[in-house]
Amino acid sequence: MRVGIVCPYDWGTPGGVQVHVRDLAIALQRLGHTVSVLAPAESDVHLPDYVVSSGGSIALAYNGSKAKVSFGPRAARRVRRWLREGEFDVLHIHEPMSPSVSILSCWAARGPLVATWHSSMERSRALSAMYPIAQTALEKVSARIAVSEAARQTLVEHMGGDAVLIPNGVDTSAFGTLRPLDGWPGTGGSLFFIGRIDEPRKGLQILLAAMPAIIAQHPQVRLLVAGPGDVDDFSNELTPEVLEHITFMGLVSEEEKVRAFVSADLYVAPNTGGESFGIVLLEAMASGTPVVASDIEAFARVLEDGDAGALFRNEDPGDLAHVINGLLDDDVRRSEMAKTGLARAREFDWQTVAARIVDVYESVTVSGEGVTEDLRGQVIGRLSRRSAERDEADV
Amino acid sequence: MSDWITWSLVAVVVIGSVVVYLSSTAGRLDRLHHRIETAFAALDAQLLRRSAAAQDLASSGFLDPASSFLLSAAAQDTMVADPVDTDVRAAAESELSRALNAVFDDPDVIDEVREDAHPDEALVDQLLEELALACRRTEFARRFHNDVVRSCVQLRKKRVCQWFRLAGHTPMPSTIDFDDTPPAALTQV
Repeated sequence: MRVGIVCPYDWGTPGGVQVHVRDLAIALQRLGHTVSVLAPAESDVHLPDYVVSSGGSIALAYNGSKAKVSFGPRAARRVRRWLREGEFDVLHIHEPMSPSVSILSCWAARGPLVATWHSSMERSRALSAMYPIAQTALEKVSARIAVSEAARQTLVEHMGGDAVLIPNGVDTSAFGTLRPLDGWPGTGGSLFFIGRIDEPRKGLQILLAAMPAIIAQHPQVRLLVAGPGDVDDFSNELTPEVLEHITFMGLVSEEEKVRAFVSADLYVAPNTGGESFGIVLLEAMASGTPVVASDIEAFARVLEDGDAGALFRNEDPGDLAHVINGLLDDDVRRSEMAKTGLARAREFDWQTVAARIVDVYESVTVSGEGVTEDLRGQVIGRLSRRSAERDEADV
Repeated sequence: MSDWITWSLVAVVVIGSVVVYLSSTAGRLDRLHHRIETAFAALDAQLLRRSAAAQDLASSGFLDPASSFLLSAAAQDTMVADPVDTDVRAAAESELSRALNAVFDDPDVIDEVREDAHPDEALVDQLLEELALACRRTEFARRFHNDVVRSCVQLRKKRVCQWFRLAGHTPMPSTIDFDDTPPAALTQV
Protein backbone atom coordinates (compact mmCIF):
# COMPACT_ATOMS: atom_id res chain seq x y z
CA MET A 1 0.00 0.00 0.00
CA ARG A 2 1.20 3.54 -0.75
CA VAL A 3 0.82 5.63 2.38
CA GLY A 4 1.23 9.41 2.60
CA ILE A 5 1.78 10.74 6.12
CA VAL A 6 1.54 14.42 7.05
CA CYS A 7 3.44 15.67 10.09
CA PRO A 8 2.55 19.28 11.02
CA TYR A 9 5.59 20.06 13.16
CA ASP A 10 9.17 20.75 12.16
CA TRP A 11 11.04 17.48 11.54
CA GLY A 12 14.28 18.74 13.08
CA THR A 13 12.70 19.71 16.40
CA PRO A 14 12.19 16.89 18.91
CA GLY A 15 8.57 16.27 19.84
CA GLY A 16 6.02 13.57 20.50
CA VAL A 17 4.19 13.88 17.18
CA GLN A 18 7.40 13.78 15.14
CA VAL A 19 8.63 10.69 17.00
CA HIS A 20 5.26 9.02 16.45
CA VAL A 21 5.33 9.76 12.72
CA ARG A 22 8.92 8.57 12.35
CA ASP A 23 8.33 5.31 14.19
CA LEU A 24 5.07 4.70 12.35
CA ALA A 25 6.77 5.29 9.00
CA ILE A 26 9.54 2.84 9.88
CA ALA A 27 7.12 0.20 11.17
CA LEU A 28 4.93 0.51 8.07
CA GLN A 29 7.93 0.10 5.81
CA ARG A 30 8.90 -3.00 7.75
CA LEU A 31 5.42 -4.36 7.05
CA GLY A 32 6.10 -3.86 3.35
CA HIS A 33 4.27 -0.60 2.64
CA THR A 34 5.60 2.37 0.70
CA VAL A 35 5.67 5.50 2.85
CA SER A 36 6.22 9.18 2.15
CA VAL A 37 6.16 11.73 4.98
CA LEU A 38 5.52 15.42 4.38
CA ALA A 39 6.83 17.65 7.16
CA PRO A 40 8.20 21.16 7.61
CA ALA A 41 11.98 21.09 7.71
CA GLU A 42 14.82 23.56 7.40
CA SER A 43 16.88 23.08 4.28
CA ASP A 44 20.08 22.30 6.23
CA VAL A 45 18.53 19.40 8.17
CA HIS A 46 19.37 15.94 6.92
CA LEU A 47 16.15 14.10 6.09
CA PRO A 48 15.65 10.32 5.84
CA ASP A 49 14.79 9.27 2.28
CA TYR A 50 11.09 8.84 3.08
CA VAL A 51 10.65 12.47 4.27
CA VAL A 52 9.72 15.32 1.91
CA SER A 53 10.12 18.88 3.15
CA SER A 54 7.17 21.26 2.93
CA GLY A 55 9.56 24.16 3.42
CA GLY A 56 10.93 26.03 6.42
CA SER A 57 8.84 26.57 9.52
CA ILE A 58 8.06 29.38 11.89
CA ALA A 59 7.57 29.11 15.64
CA LEU A 60 4.02 29.70 16.75
CA ALA A 61 2.34 29.59 20.15
CA TYR A 62 -0.21 26.82 19.86
CA ASN A 63 -2.03 24.82 22.52
CA GLY A 64 0.03 26.18 25.38
CA SER A 65 3.45 25.61 23.90
CA LYS A 66 5.63 26.67 21.00
CA ALA A 67 5.26 24.66 17.82
CA LYS A 68 7.22 25.05 14.59
CA VAL A 69 4.77 24.93 11.72
CA SER A 70 4.59 25.89 8.07
CA PHE A 71 1.72 27.41 6.13
CA GLY A 72 1.00 29.99 3.47
CA PRO A 73 0.68 29.72 -0.31
CA ARG A 74 4.10 28.22 -0.78
CA ALA A 75 3.45 25.38 1.67
CA ALA A 76 0.00 24.87 0.13
CA ARG A 77 1.54 24.45 -3.33
CA ARG A 78 4.06 21.96 -2.03
CA VAL A 79 1.29 19.98 -0.34
CA ARG A 80 -0.61 19.76 -3.62
CA ARG A 81 2.46 18.76 -5.59
CA TRP A 82 3.37 16.08 -3.03
CA LEU A 83 -0.19 14.71 -3.24
CA ARG A 84 -0.13 14.60 -7.04
CA GLU A 85 3.26 12.93 -7.22
CA GLY A 86 2.65 10.50 -4.37
CA GLU A 87 -0.46 8.79 -5.83
CA PHE A 88 -1.27 7.51 -2.36
CA ASP A 89 -3.78 4.80 -1.54
CA VAL A 90 -4.36 6.41 1.81
CA LEU A 91 -3.43 9.75 3.35
CA HIS A 92 -2.73 9.81 7.08
CA ILE A 93 -2.85 13.29 8.62
CA HIS A 94 -1.53 13.94 12.12
CA GLU A 95 -2.99 16.67 14.36
CA PRO A 96 -5.41 17.80 11.63
CA MET A 97 -6.45 20.88 13.61
CA SER A 98 -2.95 22.30 13.77
CA PRO A 99 -2.41 25.42 11.63
CA SER A 100 0.18 23.80 9.42
CA VAL A 101 0.53 21.39 6.48
CA SER A 102 -1.98 19.11 8.21
CA ILE A 103 -4.98 21.34 7.66
CA LEU A 104 -3.62 22.29 4.24
CA SER A 105 -3.50 18.67 3.11
CA CYS A 106 -6.97 18.10 4.52
CA TRP A 107 -8.16 20.88 2.21
CA ALA A 108 -6.17 19.72 -0.77
CA ALA A 109 -6.95 16.02 -0.79
CA ARG A 110 -9.94 13.78 -1.29
CA GLY A 111 -10.31 10.04 -1.03
CA PRO A 112 -9.37 7.78 1.87
CA LEU A 113 -8.21 10.20 4.59
CA VAL A 114 -7.23 9.03 8.06
CA ALA A 115 -6.53 11.52 10.86
CA THR A 116 -4.83 11.02 14.21
CA TRP A 117 -5.44 13.34 17.16
CA HIS A 118 -2.52 13.48 19.59
CA SER A 119 -2.94 16.26 22.10
CA SER A 120 -5.52 16.85 24.73
CA MET A 121 -6.75 20.38 25.08
CA GLU A 122 -9.22 22.16 27.28
CA ARG A 123 -12.28 23.29 25.41
CA SER A 124 -11.06 26.65 24.20
CA ARG A 125 -12.76 29.58 22.61
CA ALA A 126 -10.07 29.84 19.97
CA LEU A 127 -10.58 26.24 18.89
CA SER A 128 -14.34 26.50 18.98
CA ALA A 129 -14.05 29.50 16.69
CA MET A 130 -11.71 27.61 14.41
CA TYR A 131 -13.95 24.59 14.13
CA PRO A 132 -16.49 25.97 11.60
CA ILE A 133 -13.58 27.02 9.39
CA ALA A 134 -11.93 23.63 9.65
CA GLN A 135 -15.18 21.70 9.53
CA THR A 136 -15.45 21.44 5.77
CA ALA A 137 -11.95 20.02 5.62
CA LEU A 138 -12.41 17.72 8.60
CA GLU A 139 -15.61 16.30 7.15
CA LYS A 140 -13.49 14.65 4.49
CA VAL A 141 -11.69 12.49 7.05
CA SER A 142 -12.93 8.91 6.72
CA ALA A 143 -11.40 7.49 9.87
CA ARG A 144 -10.37 9.18 13.08
CA ILE A 145 -7.81 7.80 15.49
CA ALA A 146 -6.99 9.14 18.94
CA VAL A 147 -3.76 8.14 20.67
CA SER A 148 -5.20 8.45 24.16
CA GLU A 149 -8.47 8.68 26.00
CA ALA A 150 -7.75 12.35 26.72
CA ALA A 151 -7.17 13.06 23.03
CA ARG A 152 -10.37 11.24 22.19
CA GLN A 153 -12.29 13.33 24.73
CA THR A 154 -10.90 16.51 23.17
CA LEU A 155 -12.05 15.42 19.76
CA VAL A 156 -15.52 14.42 20.93
CA GLU A 157 -16.02 17.66 22.84
CA HIS A 158 -14.86 19.91 20.04
CA MET A 159 -16.58 18.30 17.11
CA GLY A 160 -18.75 15.40 18.17
CA GLY A 161 -18.50 12.00 16.55
CA ASP A 162 -16.10 9.41 17.77
CA ALA A 163 -12.63 8.00 17.20
CA VAL A 164 -10.98 4.65 17.58
CA LEU A 165 -8.33 4.50 20.26
CA ILE A 166 -4.95 3.26 19.06
CA PRO A 167 -2.20 4.13 21.54
CA ASN A 168 1.25 5.39 20.74
CA GLY A 169 3.71 2.70 19.92
CA VAL A 170 7.08 2.30 21.55
CA ASP A 171 9.97 0.70 19.78
CA THR A 172 10.76 -1.62 22.64
CA SER A 173 13.58 -3.33 20.80
CA ALA A 174 16.05 -0.53 21.55
CA PHE A 175 15.39 -0.39 25.29
CA GLY A 176 17.06 -2.69 27.75
CA THR A 177 19.78 -3.70 25.30
CA LEU A 178 22.64 -1.47 26.45
CA ARG A 179 24.69 -1.69 29.63
CA PRO A 180 24.14 0.79 32.49
CA LEU A 181 26.15 4.00 32.71
CA ASP A 182 29.55 3.53 34.34
CA GLY A 183 29.25 3.38 38.11
CA TRP A 184 25.48 2.86 38.11
CA PRO A 185 23.13 1.63 39.52
CA GLY A 186 25.26 0.88 42.59
CA THR A 187 23.90 -0.60 45.77
CA GLY A 188 22.48 2.33 47.72
CA GLY A 189 19.40 2.75 45.55
CA SER A 190 19.24 4.87 42.39
CA LEU A 191 16.49 6.99 40.90
CA PHE A 192 16.11 8.43 37.41
CA PHE A 193 14.25 11.50 36.16
CA ILE A 194 14.07 12.72 32.57
CA GLY A 195 12.42 15.85 31.22
CA ARG A 196 12.88 19.62 31.00
CA ILE A 197 14.14 20.47 34.46
CA ASP A 198 12.73 24.02 34.48
CA GLU A 199 9.26 23.04 33.23
CA PRO A 200 7.02 22.81 36.32
CA ARG A 201 4.61 20.41 34.58
CA LYS A 202 7.40 17.81 34.40
CA GLY A 203 7.43 17.91 38.19
CA LEU A 204 11.14 17.77 39.06
CA GLN A 205 10.43 20.18 41.95
CA ILE A 206 8.10 17.56 43.50
CA LEU A 207 10.83 14.93 43.40
CA LEU A 208 13.41 17.34 44.81
CA ALA A 209 11.03 18.20 47.65
CA ALA A 210 10.72 14.48 48.40
CA MET A 211 14.50 13.92 48.40
CA PRO A 212 15.25 14.82 52.07
CA ALA A 213 12.74 12.22 53.30
CA ILE A 214 14.21 9.61 50.92
CA ILE A 215 17.77 10.41 51.96
CA ALA A 216 16.75 10.09 55.62
CA GLN A 217 15.87 6.42 55.05
CA HIS A 218 18.38 5.66 52.29
CA PRO A 219 21.53 7.65 53.01
CA GLN A 220 23.30 6.22 49.93
CA VAL A 221 20.50 6.98 47.44
CA ARG A 222 21.48 8.69 44.17
CA LEU A 223 19.31 10.62 41.72
CA LEU A 224 20.15 10.88 38.02
CA VAL A 225 18.55 13.85 36.27
CA ALA A 226 18.51 14.10 32.48
CA GLY A 227 16.99 16.88 30.42
CA PRO A 228 17.61 20.43 29.24
CA GLY A 229 17.18 23.46 31.46
CA ASP A 230 19.11 25.69 33.82
CA VAL A 231 20.56 23.76 36.76
CA ASP A 232 21.39 26.94 38.68
CA ASP A 233 17.68 27.65 39.18
CA PHE A 234 17.55 24.65 41.49
CA SER A 235 20.99 24.39 42.97
CA ASN A 236 20.58 27.71 44.79
CA GLU A 237 17.46 26.50 46.54
CA LEU A 238 18.78 23.05 47.48
CA THR A 239 20.91 22.29 50.49
CA PRO A 240 24.38 20.88 49.75
CA GLU A 241 23.33 17.67 51.55
CA VAL A 242 20.61 17.04 48.98
CA LEU A 243 22.68 18.30 46.06
CA GLU A 244 25.46 15.79 46.64
CA HIS A 245 23.01 12.98 45.93
CA ILE A 246 22.09 14.37 42.50
CA THR A 247 23.86 13.97 39.16
CA PHE A 248 22.72 16.35 36.40
CA MET A 249 23.34 14.97 32.91
CA GLY A 250 21.88 17.83 30.86
CA LEU A 251 20.44 17.07 27.46
CA VAL A 252 21.17 13.41 26.67
CA SER A 253 21.58 11.47 23.44
CA GLU A 254 19.26 8.61 22.56
CA GLU A 255 21.96 6.11 23.55
CA GLU A 256 22.59 7.79 26.90
CA LYS A 257 18.86 7.74 27.56
CA VAL A 258 18.61 4.00 26.86
CA ARG A 259 21.56 3.41 29.19
CA ALA A 260 20.22 5.75 31.87
CA PHE A 261 17.00 3.76 32.17
CA VAL A 262 18.84 0.56 33.07
CA SER A 263 21.09 2.52 35.43
CA ALA A 264 18.25 3.10 37.86
CA ASP A 265 16.37 0.98 40.36
CA LEU A 266 13.33 3.19 39.86
CA TYR A 267 12.23 5.57 37.15
CA VAL A 268 10.29 8.51 38.62
CA ALA A 269 7.70 10.48 36.62
CA PRO A 270 6.32 13.21 38.89
CA ASN A 271 4.54 15.09 36.06
CA THR A 272 1.76 17.29 37.37
CA GLY A 273 -0.38 17.36 34.23
CA GLY A 274 -0.50 18.19 30.55
CA GLU A 275 0.42 14.65 29.54
CA SER A 276 -2.01 12.89 27.25
CA PHE A 277 -0.03 9.69 27.12
CA GLY A 278 3.06 8.46 28.88
CA ILE A 279 5.55 7.42 26.27
CA VAL A 280 8.52 7.76 28.64
CA LEU A 281 6.79 5.42 31.05
CA LEU A 282 6.67 2.75 28.37
CA GLU A 283 10.33 3.33 27.53
CA ALA A 284 11.21 2.75 31.17
CA MET A 285 9.04 -0.37 31.31
CA ALA A 286 10.59 -1.70 28.09
CA SER A 287 13.99 -1.25 29.76
CA GLY A 288 12.81 -3.39 32.65
CA THR A 289 12.94 -0.45 35.06
CA PRO A 290 10.05 -0.22 37.55
CA VAL A 291 8.08 3.03 37.31
CA VAL A 292 6.85 5.38 40.02
CA ALA A 293 4.48 7.96 38.55
CA SER A 294 2.01 10.61 39.65
CA ASP A 295 -1.58 9.42 39.51
CA ILE A 296 -2.64 11.75 36.68
CA GLU A 297 -5.15 10.14 34.35
CA ALA A 298 -2.82 9.37 31.45
CA PHE A 299 -0.25 7.67 33.69
CA ALA A 300 -2.83 5.70 35.67
CA ARG A 301 -4.11 4.34 32.37
CA VAL A 302 -0.68 3.28 31.07
CA LEU A 303 0.15 1.72 34.45
CA GLU A 304 -3.24 -0.01 34.62
CA ASP A 305 -4.12 1.81 37.86
CA GLY A 306 -0.95 0.68 39.57
CA ASP A 307 -0.69 -2.91 38.34
CA ALA A 308 2.21 -2.24 35.99
CA GLY A 309 3.92 0.41 38.13
CA ALA A 310 3.49 2.36 41.34
CA LEU A 311 1.39 5.54 41.59
CA PHE A 312 1.61 8.36 44.12
CA ARG A 313 -0.75 11.26 44.82
CA ASN A 314 -0.08 13.97 42.25
CA GLU A 315 1.88 16.98 43.61
CA ASP A 316 2.39 15.30 46.99
CA PRO A 317 6.15 14.98 47.81
CA GLY A 318 5.35 13.22 51.10
CA ASP A 319 3.49 10.43 49.36
CA LEU A 320 6.18 10.20 46.66
CA ALA A 321 8.90 9.75 49.31
CA HIS A 322 6.78 7.14 51.05
CA VAL A 323 6.27 5.12 47.83
CA ILE A 324 9.94 5.35 46.79
CA ASN A 325 11.18 4.38 50.26
CA GLY A 326 8.90 1.36 50.30
CA LEU A 327 10.03 0.17 46.87
CA LEU A 328 13.76 0.69 47.44
CA ASP A 329 13.46 -1.75 50.37
CA ASP A 330 11.45 -4.33 48.45
CA ASP A 331 13.51 -6.13 45.81
CA VAL A 332 10.80 -8.74 45.20
CA ARG A 333 8.12 -6.16 44.44
CA ARG A 334 10.51 -4.28 42.12
CA SER A 335 11.31 -7.36 40.08
CA GLU A 336 7.59 -8.17 39.84
CA MET A 337 6.95 -4.64 38.61
CA ALA A 338 9.72 -4.99 36.05
CA LYS A 339 8.12 -8.16 34.71
CA THR A 340 4.56 -6.79 34.44
CA GLY A 341 5.99 -3.57 33.02
CA LEU A 342 7.78 -5.43 30.25
CA ALA A 343 4.61 -7.27 29.29
CA ARG A 344 2.65 -4.04 29.33
CA ALA A 345 5.25 -2.31 27.14
CA ARG A 346 5.02 -5.12 24.61
CA GLU A 347 1.32 -4.37 24.11
CA PHE A 348 2.40 -0.95 22.86
CA ASP A 349 5.14 -2.25 20.60
CA TRP A 350 5.20 -0.47 17.26
CA GLN A 351 4.69 -3.66 15.29
CA THR A 352 1.43 -4.32 17.19
CA VAL A 353 0.33 -0.70 16.90
CA ALA A 354 1.23 -0.37 13.21
CA ALA A 355 -0.79 -3.51 12.41
CA ARG A 356 -3.85 -1.86 14.04
CA ILE A 357 -3.29 1.28 12.01
CA VAL A 358 -3.07 -0.81 8.83
CA ASP A 359 -6.43 -2.30 9.84
CA VAL A 360 -7.80 1.25 9.83
CA TYR A 361 -6.27 1.94 6.40
CA GLU A 362 -7.76 -1.26 5.05
CA SER A 363 -11.20 -0.44 6.45
CA VAL A 364 -11.34 2.81 4.45
CA THR A 365 -9.64 1.84 1.21
CA VAL A 366 -11.74 -1.10 0.13
CA SER A 367 -13.41 0.74 -2.75
CA GLY A 368 -10.02 0.95 -4.48
CA GLU A 369 -10.30 4.69 -4.87
CA GLY A 370 -6.99 6.41 -4.12
CA VAL A 371 -6.11 9.86 -2.81
CA THR A 372 -6.49 12.64 -5.35
CA GLU A 373 -6.25 16.37 -5.36
CA ASP A 374 -9.47 18.12 -4.40
CA LEU A 375 -10.29 21.06 -6.62
CA ARG A 376 -14.05 21.12 -6.14
CA GLY A 377 -15.88 24.13 -4.86
CA GLN A 378 -12.78 26.22 -4.40
CA VAL A 379 -11.99 29.08 -6.68
CA ILE A 380 -8.69 29.38 -4.87
CA GLY A 381 -8.09 25.69 -5.43
CA ARG A 382 -8.61 25.97 -9.16
CA LEU A 383 -6.40 29.00 -9.41
CA SER A 384 -3.63 27.38 -7.44
CA ARG A 385 -3.43 24.59 -9.99
CA ARG A 386 -1.99 27.17 -12.32
CA SER A 387 0.34 28.48 -9.64
CA ALA A 388 1.38 24.92 -8.84
CA GLU A 389 2.47 24.44 -12.40
CA ARG A 390 4.40 27.65 -12.10
CA ASP A 391 5.95 26.35 -8.90
CA GLU A 392 7.01 23.13 -10.56
CA ALA A 393 8.66 25.15 -13.27
CA ASP A 394 10.82 27.06 -10.83
CA VAL A 395 12.02 24.07 -8.80
CA MET B 1 -29.94 57.94 -7.56
CA SER B 2 -26.85 57.02 -5.49
CA ASP B 3 -29.23 55.45 -2.96
CA TRP B 4 -30.52 53.20 -5.65
CA ILE B 5 -27.00 52.09 -6.58
CA THR B 6 -26.04 51.48 -2.97
CA TRP B 7 -29.12 49.41 -2.30
CA SER B 8 -28.75 47.30 -5.40
CA LEU B 9 -25.09 46.69 -4.54
CA VAL B 10 -26.12 45.62 -1.06
CA ALA B 11 -28.75 43.33 -2.57
CA VAL B 12 -26.22 41.81 -4.96
CA VAL B 13 -23.76 41.18 -2.14
CA VAL B 14 -26.43 39.66 0.10
CA ILE B 15 -27.85 37.44 -2.62
CA GLY B 16 -24.34 36.49 -3.67
CA SER B 17 -23.36 35.42 -0.16
CA VAL B 18 -26.55 33.43 0.24
CA VAL B 19 -25.87 31.62 -3.03
CA VAL B 20 -22.26 30.89 -2.07
CA TYR B 21 -23.38 29.63 1.35
CA LEU B 22 -26.07 27.40 -0.11
CA SER B 23 -23.83 25.98 -2.78
CA SER B 24 -21.02 25.25 -0.34
CA THR B 25 -23.48 23.55 2.03
CA ALA B 26 -24.85 21.51 -0.86
CA GLY B 27 -21.25 20.59 -1.72
CA ARG B 28 -20.62 19.46 1.84
CA LEU B 29 -23.74 17.32 1.78
CA ASP B 30 -22.77 15.82 -1.52
CA ARG B 31 -19.36 14.93 -0.17
CA LEU B 32 -20.83 13.38 2.96
CA HIS B 33 -23.25 11.28 0.90
CA HIS B 34 -20.38 10.08 -1.22
CA ARG B 35 -18.38 9.20 1.88
CA ILE B 36 -21.32 7.24 3.28
CA GLU B 37 -21.42 5.21 0.08
CA THR B 38 -17.72 4.39 0.20
CA ALA B 39 -17.87 3.67 3.94
CA PHE B 40 -20.77 1.30 3.32
CA ALA B 41 -18.89 -0.43 0.52
CA ALA B 42 -15.93 -0.85 2.85
CA LEU B 43 -18.09 -2.28 5.61
CA ASP B 44 -19.80 -4.60 3.12
CA ALA B 45 -16.43 -5.89 1.91
CA GLN B 46 -15.18 -6.52 5.45
CA LEU B 47 -18.38 -8.35 6.36
CA LEU B 48 -18.09 -10.59 3.30
CA ARG B 49 -14.49 -11.25 4.20
CA ARG B 50 -15.47 -12.13 7.75
CA SER B 51 -18.20 -14.54 6.59
CA ALA B 52 -15.80 -16.18 4.16
CA ALA B 53 -13.11 -16.51 6.83
CA ALA B 54 -15.58 -18.05 9.28
CA GLN B 55 -16.82 -20.45 6.60
CA ASP B 56 -13.27 -21.42 5.64
CA LEU B 57 -12.42 -22.21 9.23
CA ALA B 58 -15.67 -24.14 9.72
CA SER B 59 -15.05 -26.33 6.69
CA SER B 60 -11.32 -26.78 7.37
CA GLY B 61 -11.87 -29.72 9.70
CA PHE B 62 -9.68 -28.18 12.40
CA LEU B 63 -12.61 -27.34 14.68
CA ASP B 64 -14.79 -29.83 16.49
CA PRO B 65 -18.00 -30.76 14.61
CA ALA B 66 -20.31 -28.77 16.89
CA SER B 67 -18.28 -25.55 16.55
CA SER B 68 -17.93 -26.12 12.82
CA PHE B 69 -21.66 -26.54 12.42
CA LEU B 70 -22.47 -23.47 14.51
CA LEU B 71 -20.01 -21.27 12.59
CA SER B 72 -20.96 -22.59 9.21
CA ALA B 73 -24.69 -22.08 9.80
CA ALA B 74 -24.17 -18.52 11.05
CA ALA B 75 -21.81 -17.69 8.16
CA GLN B 76 -24.26 -19.07 5.61
CA ASP B 77 -27.07 -16.98 7.09
CA THR B 78 -25.05 -13.80 6.62
CA MET B 79 -24.27 -14.68 3.02
CA VAL B 80 -27.86 -15.42 1.99
CA ALA B 81 -29.33 -12.47 3.94
CA ASP B 82 -30.83 -9.90 1.58
CA PRO B 83 -28.17 -7.16 1.40
CA VAL B 84 -30.85 -4.52 0.76
CA ASP B 85 -32.83 -5.34 3.89
CA THR B 86 -30.35 -3.95 6.43
CA ASP B 87 -32.35 -5.16 9.43
CA VAL B 88 -32.28 -8.79 8.33
CA ARG B 89 -28.63 -8.58 7.45
CA ALA B 90 -27.70 -6.86 10.72
CA ALA B 91 -29.48 -9.60 12.65
CA ALA B 92 -27.55 -12.28 10.71
CA GLU B 93 -24.21 -10.48 11.29
CA SER B 94 -24.98 -10.21 15.02
CA GLU B 95 -25.66 -13.95 15.05
CA LEU B 96 -22.32 -14.62 13.41
CA SER B 97 -20.56 -12.43 16.01
CA ARG B 98 -22.31 -14.35 18.77
CA ALA B 99 -21.38 -17.68 17.21
CA LEU B 100 -17.75 -16.57 16.93
CA ASN B 101 -17.78 -15.38 20.54
CA ALA B 102 -19.28 -18.68 21.65
CA VAL B 103 -16.63 -20.72 19.82
CA PHE B 104 -13.65 -18.56 20.75
CA ASP B 105 -14.66 -17.50 24.23
CA ASP B 106 -11.42 -18.30 25.98
CA PRO B 107 -7.79 -17.90 24.86
CA ASP B 108 -7.02 -21.55 25.64
CA VAL B 109 -9.27 -22.64 22.78
CA ILE B 110 -6.72 -21.36 20.29
CA ASP B 111 -3.96 -23.48 21.82
CA GLU B 112 -6.20 -26.56 21.84
CA VAL B 113 -7.21 -26.09 18.21
CA ARG B 114 -3.56 -25.69 17.23
CA GLU B 115 -2.62 -28.81 19.19
CA ASP B 116 -5.33 -30.86 17.48
CA ALA B 117 -4.24 -29.58 14.09
CA HIS B 118 -0.71 -30.95 14.44
CA PRO B 119 1.24 -31.01 12.10
CA ASP B 120 -0.80 -28.38 10.24
CA GLU B 121 -0.37 -25.52 12.75
CA ALA B 122 0.73 -23.10 10.05
CA LEU B 123 -2.45 -23.67 8.10
CA VAL B 124 -4.68 -23.20 11.13
CA ASP B 125 -2.76 -20.07 12.11
CA GLN B 126 -3.38 -18.64 8.69
CA LEU B 127 -7.12 -19.27 8.95
CA LEU B 128 -7.32 -17.83 12.45
CA GLU B 129 -5.28 -14.78 11.48
CA GLU B 130 -7.52 -14.04 8.54
CA LEU B 131 -10.61 -14.35 10.73
CA ALA B 132 -9.12 -12.13 13.46
CA LEU B 133 -8.16 -9.52 10.87
CA ALA B 134 -11.63 -9.51 9.33
CA CYS B 135 -13.25 -9.18 12.77
CA ARG B 136 -11.07 -6.20 13.72
CA ARG B 137 -11.62 -4.48 10.42
CA THR B 138 -15.37 -5.06 10.57
CA GLU B 139 -15.43 -3.30 13.91
CA PHE B 140 -13.47 -0.34 12.52
CA ALA B 141 -15.45 -0.13 9.27
CA ARG B 142 -18.79 -0.04 11.08
CA ARG B 143 -17.62 2.72 13.41
CA PHE B 144 -16.30 4.81 10.54
CA HIS B 145 -19.54 4.30 8.62
CA ASN B 146 -21.72 5.33 11.54
CA ASP B 147 -19.48 8.31 12.25
CA VAL B 148 -20.02 9.82 8.82
CA VAL B 149 -23.74 8.97 8.92
CA ARG B 150 -24.03 10.94 12.15
CA SER B 151 -22.25 14.00 10.72
CA CYS B 152 -24.49 13.85 7.66
CA VAL B 153 -27.73 13.54 9.66
CA GLN B 154 -26.61 16.43 11.85
CA LEU B 155 -26.11 18.65 8.82
CA ARG B 156 -29.32 17.56 7.11
CA LYS B 157 -31.35 18.41 10.19
CA LYS B 158 -30.35 22.06 9.85
CA ARG B 159 -33.25 24.21 8.72
CA VAL B 160 -31.39 25.62 5.75
CA CYS B 161 -30.94 22.11 4.33
CA GLN B 162 -34.61 21.31 4.78
CA TRP B 163 -35.98 24.64 3.47
CA PHE B 164 -33.89 24.56 0.32
CA ARG B 165 -34.01 20.77 -0.07
CA LEU B 166 -30.23 20.75 -0.43
CA ALA B 167 -30.08 16.99 -0.04
CA GLY B 168 -32.24 16.46 -3.13
CA HIS B 169 -33.90 13.07 -3.22
CA THR B 170 -31.17 11.19 -1.37
CA PRO B 171 -32.87 9.25 1.44
CA MET B 172 -31.87 10.09 5.01
CA PRO B 173 -28.93 7.80 5.85
CA SER B 174 -29.11 5.61 8.91
CA THR B 175 -26.50 4.02 11.13
CA ILE B 176 -25.93 0.29 10.93
CA ASP B 177 -26.20 -1.39 14.27
CA PHE B 178 -25.20 -4.92 15.03
CA ASP B 179 -23.04 -6.71 17.53
CA ASP B 180 -19.49 -6.72 16.15
CA THR B 181 -17.60 -7.55 19.33
CA PRO B 182 -14.52 -9.51 18.24
CA PRO B 183 -14.12 -12.81 20.11
CA ALA B 184 -11.89 -12.46 23.15
CA ALA B 185 -9.58 -15.30 22.12
CA LEU B 186 -9.00 -13.84 18.68
CA THR B 187 -7.96 -10.36 19.79
CA GLN B 188 -4.54 -11.72 20.74
CA VAL B 189 -3.91 -13.45 17.41
